[in-house]
Amino acid sequence: MNRPVAAPDTRDIDIERTRLTDALAETWKTPSGIWGALATVDHKIIGRRYIFTAFVFLALGGVLAALMRIQLAQPEARLLGPDRYNQIFTMHGANMMFLFAVPVMEAVAVYLVPLMVGTRNIAFPRLNAFSYWIYLAGGTLLWTAFALDMGPDVGWFAYVPLSGPQYGAGKRADIWAQMITFTEISALAVAVELVVTIFKQRAPGMTLDRIPVFVWAMLVTSFLVIMAMPAIVLESTSLILDRLVGTHFFNPAEGGDVLLWQHLFWFFGHPEVYIIFLPAAGMVSTMIEPFARRPAFGYLGLVMALIATGILAFGLWVHHMFVAGLPRLGDSFFTASSMAIAIPAGIQVFCWLATLWDGRLVFKTPLLFIIGFIVTFVIGGLTGVMVASVPFDTQVHDTYFVVAHFHYVLIGGAVFPLLAAIHYWFPKLTGRMMSEALGQWSFWLIFVGFNATFFPMHILGLEGMPRRVYTYQPDLPWHGLNLFISLSAVILIAGFLLFFINAIRSARVGEVALDNPWDAPTLEWATTSPPPSYNFAMIPVVGSLHPLWDDRDSLAVANGLRTDRRELVVTTLAAAEPQAREASPRNSIWPLWAAIATAIMLIWSIFSPWAVVWGSVPVAVALIGWFWPKGAPEDES
Amino acid sequence: MREKIVLDLAKLPLHGMGTASVTWWGTLAFMLIEGTGFALAIAIYLYLMSLATAWPINAPPPDLLPGTLVTLVLLASLVPNILVSRWAEQQDLRKVRLGMVIMSIVGIVPLVVRVFEFPALKVSWDSNAYGSVVWTLLGLHTTHIITDLVDTLVLAALMVTRHGRNPRRFGDVQDNAMYWNFVVATWLPIYGCIYWLARL
Repeated sequence: MNRPVAAPDTRDIDIERTRLTDALAETWKTPSGIWGALATVDHKIIGRRYIFTAFVFLALGGVLAALMRIQLAQPEARLLGPDRYNQIFTMHGANMMFLFAVPVMEAVAVYLVPLMVGTRNIAFPRLNAFSYWIYLAGGTLLWTAFALDMGPDVGWFAYVPLSGPQYGAGKRADIWAQMITFTEISALAVAVELVVTIFKQRAPGMTLDRIPVFVWAMLVTSFLVIMAMPAIVLESTSLILDRLVGTHFFNPAEGGDVLLWQHLFWFFGHPEVYIIFLPAAGMVSTMIEPFARRPAFGYLGLVMALIATGILAFGLWVHHMFVAGLPRLGDSFFTASSMAIAIPAGIQVFCWLATLWDGRLVFKTPLLFIIGFIVTFVIGGLTGVMVASVPFDTQVHDTYFVVAHFHYVLIGGAVFPLLAAIHYWFPKLTGRMMSEALGQWSFWLIFVGFNATFFPMHILGLEGMPRRVYTYQPDLPWHGLNLFISLSAVILIAGFLLFFINAIRSARVGEVALDNPWDAPTLEWATTSPPPSYNFAMIPVVGSLHPLWDDRDSLAVANGLRTDRRELVVTTLAAAEPQAREASPRNSIWPLWAAIATAIMLIWSIFSPWAVVWGSVPVAVALIGWFWPKGAPEDES
Repeated sequence: MREKIVLDLAKLPLHGMGTASVTWWGTLAFMLIEGTGFALAIAIYLYLMSLATAWPINAPPPDLLPGTLVTLVLLASLVPNILVSRWAEQQDLRKVRLGMVIMSIVGIVPLVVRVFEFPALKVSWDSNAYGSVVWTLLGLHTTHIITDLVDTLVLAALMVTRHGRNPRRFGDVQDNAMYWNFVVATWLPIYGCIYWLARL
């Protein structure tokens, strides 16, 4: 039944180092040229692509924010009309949440998790390629629609009845709903890849208590994606059905219900916040070690806090609906659970503070962003506890207070750690260092600009300025603060511009990076910067949580893998004991075809229900082409 | 950094079966996604039901016959399905080939009966929210059956080619069988929901 075992000369035993790396490079390479680029399944290439694309969407979303700030800088401004303004704030929110924040966190994980757990590629690498193309298609759909004046204009959570068939004429709400489908498919695909990579592809010896905290964070996040995103897939599909074929899910006249929309949306939407925040928290716990020159304080507490947050995340959604007129007792329960989330968040903050307190701090750009994060996130967390209280929330609901709160937790809580992460892992991504001077400048501009832009919004909210208004009258007491906010936004934008300039410039002419420029303890720094296509010439064997600190002279590795087929090690779930030398799929163009077929089907289905029937045929064909064995060595077993 | 060889992996198998297979875990993860989706769809049913003054809304309860028939066929299909999985575990290619043909037919039968199940709901998807949710539940599960049927057909074809004689394929057959068990398992609460909750 089994094929003969490969001849010994294809193993990595007793061969010269250069012959080994040459053979591995040949087996794992991505051929140059456009075809090679389209067919690659290398998690590093796809991860870089994902990160780059997400930052393009960040920049585009930033342009929309700038337009809104120009419009609101003075009363009765005429730059944007109400219709365009509706599209712009909807695009800004939808773009930042679905095309930037969630994908960028998953993107960083796509790049880093396989390196951090010491394997050669992500699990299901072709699915990974597919997920990127689907993501790109979803983003292109949204922005093309906006360019054609068909951008969604119903807010990023698209409440019915505004987005329903009665009020949402045209295809704008459908564009929103189908963009959701694209991004959720790609997010779910990456979540599955990450769960399986973390469960089954950890280096031998990487037991559960030796997993880097960022990897733990991505494991919890992936489960949140898996459990939360079906809600919005179901919801956006129901909306399209209501709009296209006349179902009545959200039509009260025929037994439907508008609050059903809010329940489904926030059952997804609240975990979504943690889908963005938990990876950031994991990044901080991992990055803080080299800059504090000591292990993070309270590993167990940090991991347990991540898991606790993940579980609590599903019991909070109603706090977005306090003004919807739900039963009092329900509101009280959700107030309590919302406040409870401050406990695991607090545990993490105190662990970080303890690490910094006892550390010998190295004040490089990543650490500045980490400290900026702790300050900003705590402010955002405190206003979070405030809005968890029903009477207070009733007062500030849908005002700029809420806008201030969620920008503090999202930018302060997630974008600051992300920027730290980009500075920190840039050498691993590109092989070059980012400029420290420009990095420090961009930190201070962003930190000061952010706080000056968003802090006054709390006050505006308390003064009663509602969110999502395209202008306000001169006799209202808001224009002073609005002008101040818009001017401060210039500082914030300057900071981001400087960051982009630094990144682009450093990628080309930055100082060449060493393998481990920060003297960090985790496995991604055990290989070159950037890593070769096969990540590790020999799979590391892990004996501690900080393998690169505990043995500074040598790296324990395993041999016995074949070099003529893409081979990696599958290990047991808890103890990470080797189970099999599993094959990892080769490059393939089929994921691209499958993504194109899926994109055609999904976009077509905005216009006709028959698209699902006829459009699924090419999808099936592409999937068969994808999975049909090609007789490659990887198929041996 | 100097590398120090401490472990030899050469003796490990070239492919893991069962929980040692990444595909097995991937299938499980997709089942969790779909299971969550079904659970939420049922939650929508219950939510709408709790709001309605009378349930079903302006329609009689669905006819029991086609849905019950589908349930019986699906339950009966578990027998050949579990057998195929066992044969795959024993890597008995001849029996697996036969079993995959049987499972292909077994996958088509419930779809044929289902054609009669939609009219037996006695309500249209655009009549009211009750109609919308039962059509969606039934539609979702039909998609589920079709997906696994296509998978079974392709895998059956694959097993008769030269690629069939490979432990990796036997693993695929086992994963496919596991997925079919899931298709049957998800139907039971949906069946209870559509046919029996409407009779309460």
